[in-house]
Amino acid sequence: MALLQLSEPGQSTAPHQHKLAVGIDLGTTNSLVASVRSGKAETLPDNEGEHLLPSVVRYTTDGIVVGKAAKAMAATDPLNTIISAKRLIGRGLSDIKSLGSRLPYEFQDAQAAVPRIITVRGPVSSVEVSSEILKTLVKRAADSLGGDLEGIVITVPAYFDDAQRQATKDAATIAGLKVLRLLNEPTAAAVAYGLDSGSDGIHAIYDLGGGTFDISILRLNRGVFEVLATGGDSALGGDDLDHVVAEWIMQQAGIEQDADHAMLRQLMQIACKAKESLTEQDHVVIEVSLADGAVWTGDLSREQFNILVDPLIRKTLAPCRRALRDAGLSAEEIEDVVMVGGSTRVPRVRELVGEFFRTEPLVSIDPDRVVAIGAAIQADILVGNKPDSDMLLLDVNPLSLGLETMGGLVEKIIPRNTTIPVARAQEFTTFKDGQTAMAVHVLQGERELVSDNRSLARFELRGFPPMVAGAARIRVTFSVDADGLLSVEAEEQSSGVKASVEVKPSYGLTDGEIESMLKESFEHAQEDMEARKLREQQVEAERVIEALTAALADDGEELLDEDERSRVESALHDLQAIISSGTFAEIKAAVESLEKRCEFYVERRMNVSVRKAMSGHSVNDFE
Amino acid sequence: MTITITEAAANHVRNFLQNRGSGLGIRLGVRTSGCSGMAYVLEFADESEEDDQIFEQHGVKVLVDPKSLLYLDGTELDYTREGLNEGFKFNNPNVKDACGCGESFNV
Repeated sequence: MALLQLSEPGQSTAPHQHKLAVGIDLGTTNSLVASVRSGKAETLPDNEGEHLLPSVVRYTTDGIVVGKAAKAMAATDPLNTIISAKRLIGRGLSDIKSLGSRLPYEFQDAQAAVPRIITVRGPVSSVEVSSEILKTLVKRAADSLGGDLEGIVITVPAYFDDAQRQATKDAATIAGLKVLRLLNEPTAAAVAYGLDSGSDGIHAIYDLGGGTFDISILRLNRGVFEVLATGGDSALGGDDLDHVVAEWIMQQAGIEQDADHAMLRQLMQIACKAKESLTEQDHVVIEVSLADGAVWTGDLSREQFNILVDPLIRKTLAPCRRALRDAGLSAEEIEDVVMVGGSTRVPRVRELVGEFFRTEPLVSIDPDRVVAIGAAIQADILVGNKPDSDMLLLDVNPLSLGLETMGGLVEKIIPRNTTIPVARAQEFTTFKDGQTAMAVHVLQGERELVSDNRSLARFELRGFPPMVAGAARIRVTFSVDADGLLSVEAEEQSSGVKASVEVKPSYGLTDGEIESMLKESFEHAQEDMEARKLREQQVEAERVIEALTAALADDGEELLDEDERSRVESALHDLQAIISSGTFAEIKAAVESLEKRCEFYVERRMNVSVRKAMSGHSVNDFE
Repeated sequence: MTITITEAAANHVRNFLQNRGSGLGIRLGVRTSGCSGMAYVLEFADESEEDDQIFEQHGVKVLVDPKSLLYLDGTELDYTREGLNEGFKFNNPNVKDACGCGESFNV
């Protein structure tokens, strides 16, 4: 008979209606799947008892291999064995070229937005590679839980932008899975420790994995986690710790730097084992079989190990310091530090991180699994296996969303750290008389000028009736769903003409750029402010010129004599001359001067139009 | 009238209860539903009802309401592993036939 799990009181499901849901940590090097069973969240092993699935996919003529077996072939069949697909997901060809030297693959030379890797089974995209990993994990979960899954929660780094999030969702869709929610990795780690049910406060998530380091500062505010700052080093991790140990062994054993690959691989493995042993033991005996057949034996104490790795661990503290500064916080204000990633098992890492944040780091949950466990808890809540009293965890959008207005300025519609899902609308109008179309340019970022932000999409609202400038009412609605994906709709209110776009963001932003976007917005706050003021004044000047030119064309002949007309025109020229080169104050002064110099003309126009409106009517008509 | 629980099942229940942080024990029951008549209920129990029968074994309290007990008399609750899947299993002598998956049954 079927095996049953314990449910919460009153939450027993009818037969065949188990709501199975899992959380998936789709990692760069390793991936995991976890689920809540009998009220307990745990990661699910494969039939060999392995929890970690190496995020490696190998394409062969016979089929597709995922995980350990694929990883084993990475060295012998590098072109068809895709590792670290996560680094490529949601990226354009130009980004990938910048990573090029580190990637051994051959890319299809296409203009397509999604670059494809050429394998023996044909070209594959990073999205398809990720979908193979998801399929493998979900198959494992379905076997373990004894049924089909209702839905999954996938974790992504906090700094992932819309393109990378959408691509991750696409990977799940290709695998035939329903994504309940994408969850930020640091948020998942915080959930695993139950920090979301605790009191409001600020938490740091220190994530030192195999090859990358991430620090995130989160604030819990009425059950909602806001990402205050992120930082990290995309080329620093446990592998680097192994590397310094391996170098130490080479030095001690007198092995030359130019030793062959087999020797180097052996050394890295020995170094990794030594590192792991030193987590429990005070010292470890190292044995290396040398090229000449002899065996070198050495002793590595934890003290010596600490001296070796100290500089590397201290390197992680600089991004921590920066993240704190970005968030405007001091280390004392951090309530808890959650340790994520296998490398945080190293006692020295815990010690230095604890010293830095002046608090004992949280380590009771296996740091390799903590993200998947948090995702599983969230998935369990989302499919409704929990009583209603358990609040749904909300997330926030990491960067502001807005659109371009006249003069290349950004109008923010949904500010950063707004809880999602959310919809916000704002009304805009036309700039020119008779304008019947408007371009909507959707942007993401914190800066004031369009050129400094990321362009997500463009679309046009066409075919609304011509009106004088400023009369049209165009309502633009931004909505962000629970996964942080955006759709934008524009509607001209009087005619009901509509246009919209689902943001399938243009690919093409590197990790560093995304991370630095926030930082830049703080650093450039002052100059952005100035730039905005200047552009606003320029737009105002352009508007005045536009209106005056239109007026001259309309009734200039009629109302002005030769001399007056040339006075108006020279005022117009003076403003035109200064508009692109002048400072804020100069342009402002020029606009004011033009207004003064043309006052008589404006007055005259006003009188004419009043006379026109009143002629043929008696005074009584106006009462 | 009796219900028994194996040591393996009891160990897991204790573990789950401890992890949950609260709970008196577990509640076993049957409900009329499912493709073959009856379905098992297996839940954490936070409080006992007046008519409940309580069986205690290996340090675990098993609560059963009198109506369910009719269908469950003699049942042994076990915890087993089948392939990758693991969970609780009802060894119920009253069952005459069950649906293909065994999630529901007839007496």
